[in-house]
Amino acid sequence: MAAGVAAWLPFARAAAIGWMPVANLPMPVAPAEKNKRQDELIILNVSGRRFQTWRNTLDRYPDTLLGSSEKEFFYNEETKEYFFDRDPDVFRSVLNFYRTGKLHYPRYECISSYDEELAFFGIVPEIIGDCCYEEYKDRKRENAERLMDDQEDNKDAKLPNMTFRETMWRAFENPHTSTMALVFYYVTGFFIAVSVITNVVETVPCGSAPNQKEVPCGERYTVAFFCMDTACVMIFTVEYLMRLFAAPSRYRFMRSVMSIIDVVAILPYYIGLVMTDNEDVSGAFVTLRVFRVFRIFKFSRHSQGLRILGYTLKSCASELGFLLFSLTMAIIIFATVMFYAEKGSSSSKFTSIPASFWYTIVTMTTLGYGDMVPKTIAGKIFGSICSLSGVLVIALPVPVIVSNFSRIYHQNQRADKRRAQKVQKARLARIRISKTGSSNAFLHSKRNGLFNEALELTQLPYKMNLSDQGSTEDEKRLSKSTSLLESQHHHLLHCLEKTTNHEFVDEQYYQQSYLEGGLQNYPSRSPSLSSQDGVTGTCCTRRTKKHHTPLPNASAPAHMQPLTHTHTHPQGLQELSTIHIQPLSTSRSSLNMRVDEPAPLNCQSSQITTAIISIPTPPVTTPEGDARLPAGPAHQNVVKVSAL
Amino acid sequence: MGLVMGTFSLQSKQVSYHKDKADDDLEMTMVCHRPEGLDQLEAQTNFSKRELQVLYRGFKNECPSGVVNEDTFKQIYSQFFPHGDASTYAHYLFNAFDTGHTGSIKFEDFVTALSILLRGSVTEKLQWTFNLYDINRDGYINKEEMTDIVRAIYDMMGKYTYPALKNDAPKQHVDAFFQKMDKNRDGVVTLDEFILSCQEDENIMRSLQLFENVI
Repeated sequence: MAAGVAAWLPFARAAAIGWMPVANLPMPVAPAEKNKRQDELIILNVSGRRFQTWRNTLDRYPDTLLGSSEKEFFYNEETKEYFFDRDPDVFRSVLNFYRTGKLHYPRYECISSYDEELAFFGIVPEIIGDCCYEEYKDRKRENAERLMDDQEDNKDAKLPNMTFRETMWRAFENPHTSTMALVFYYVTGFFIAVSVITNVVETVPCGSAPNQKEVPCGERYTVAFFCMDTACVMIFTVEYLMRLFAAPSRYRFMRSVMSIIDVVAILPYYIGLVMTDNEDVSGAFVTLRVFRVFRIFKFSRHSQGLRILGYTLKSCASELGFLLFSLTMAIIIFATVMFYAEKGSSSSKFTSIPASFWYTIVTMTTLGYGDMVPKTIAGKIFGSICSLSGVLVIALPVPVIVSNFSRIYHQNQRADKRRAQKVQKARLARIRISKTGSSNAFLHSKRNGLFNEALELTQLPYKMNLSDQGSTEDEKRLSKSTSLLESQHHHLLHCLEKTTNHEFVDEQYYQQSYLEGGLQNYPSRSPSLSSQDGVTGTCCTRRTKKHHTPLPNASAPAHMQPLTHTHTHPQGLQELSTIHIQPLSTSRSSLNMRVDEPAPLNCQSSQITTAIISIPTPPVTTPEGDARLPAGPAHQNVVKVSAL
Repeated sequence: MGLVMGTFSLQSKQVSYHKDKADDDLEMTMVCHRPEGLDQLEAQTNFSKRELQVLYRGFKNECPSGVVNEDTFKQIYSQFFPHGDASTYAHYLFNAFDTGHTGSIKFEDFVTALSILLRGSVTEKLQWTFNLYDINRDGYINKEEMTDIVRAIYDMMGKYTYPALKNDAPKQHVDAFFQKMDKNRDGVVTLDEFILSCQEDENIMRSLQLFENVI
């Protein structure tokens, strides 16, 4: 329930009167308000600044510091106010959360101080409203990255037991970890440069014999260049094989971009070795030599900027695609127009529309080679329009690409999209948990409510045997375990159960019972309960002596669920038909939170603990019924005992 | 090129269309309503001034405009029943609260109904409940209306119940109800039959007193 909605609980309970005539079963007793306080103002003194609010406002969220009894630790008797030695500015946001049900994150506030205040007051940051959540997450991520950067300097400490393979891999990935790795890094870099320069110089015309035409150096000093090439390829092959050996996942390594570049760089040499001087394929062989230029991409292992550029282009794929698409459209349009405009003139270079493509591209990119120019007036007009629009079309997507690059560069190419998705998934998972958590809170507190009710039922006939003190003591303890708001809400849900004669169960239990197809007998796993008549209890009333073991603020282990078809006892008390113990998910009263906000499932509720209640003396079935007491220790398992 | 620009401008026009719609919604919610004075309300209902103050604070917090429309009402009511779907029953409740059939509940309607439910006499409560069940306000409850109501109540339970909900559970429930209430077996329940039958049933009488001290 959200903040304001808690105030509508009286309305919801009043509306429950609409179910009464439909119900066939008697309704459970309403939780009584023990000491009904009039709503009063309480003063919260936070480092000298006084805030005042209604007590009910704070009670809306009983699982926070201010909403629970934890604030009593801060109560100052003399001044009759609650004093907190914390930041009053952040406290404003905290208090507004109680008032409006929405938690806001002020932009000027430092993220870590805000987090600390929230942790102090027991508020989970996930419930920050959507208006401020993006900002909060961004700031938090920046902070985390900054911390991680600081830690990365220590990351390179060598782990104690690394195999040779792992050491090699680490050396390859982080060259500055050891001198060997550094040497290797520089050597490979040198040879990449040498190889690239060799490829370039190979084609330079090298001086010639007087009667021959100029030959490129490659053909003049064939042997020298061949040796150089061989040496480089040797080094690259060795390097590739070493990386392949050291890679933790060979298959993944072979699929990675860098390894493909490596392979493509050295493959032409080997192919050349295989097919030597075969006239037919020499053409293809020459083409393969082009791939040698891919060696230059091996530099990207050495340069971070190159990697960022590659990543940027990848992430701007959509913008680039848009640019390409719009350019293509424009080119086709203008080429067509120019072709038909220039068709009339003689000796026109615009021989066909594809031939006009070249003119259009050169004009739109404002290159203007001048090898094709329009001669007719119409052609010139359209040509000028073409060049003007070219500027526009190209200028449009470029700023987007630039801003993308700078963003990625500043964030050091972290895959934040992937992480944001994970966070979003986690947030949705938490919201889902809170939704089941709220229903589980009811299922779990059903015991509380019913135990409470059972106690009240036992009040009347058992008054002679019980000392009043003992009973009220126990009641008080129990009533402390759930807030009044919660117990009223649970009472409401319980009335609904009675009206429809069906119970709320959680999903697991439902699947189980659905699969089992409606069992009649239930295995009793409780050793204590087996002290009853075997598996099935009796449907007669059981007499137990009320044990005065001090009940901790605990949940009752079992609750009774009277069904319609059991016979009512002459004294009008209800029968023990089934005992259900549901598996627990300890959620602090997340019922008081908005259902669509993730509820704090952070810690074990201090109010609800699984207690062991010692069983009273073995139950004796007597004809005169007296009130029964739920007995049996609390188990984490589902224990169902049918007393039918 | 102009075509390119043209297609893009068309797209931008669509965007602004959606924005206008949002602006319209904003305008509608600016309607505000203030209730009559505290003294008048105190005279009309069975609540004390303090209780009215507490009620109004909660009301105003959730509905700053002073009126509840059906969607907000359904939303508020559904938050109390996270397991199932409370919207149908909330719809019937809304109609029962909105005595003037204006489509929205003002604070006066709200407080009047609460006064009947929490502080009214048994007859008044039963009359209010009869009004709730009589969906078409014709003075009779027939089987269809009752089935709708009971089905709405069962919807609030949700899917995960024990024992598992069967399809004819509402129908059986309605048959049992009519068995009890319809004295002259004419297929409809009138107000008098209803009040009479309820007064005969101890369980119902007792449960009507259940919420005496809610405020």
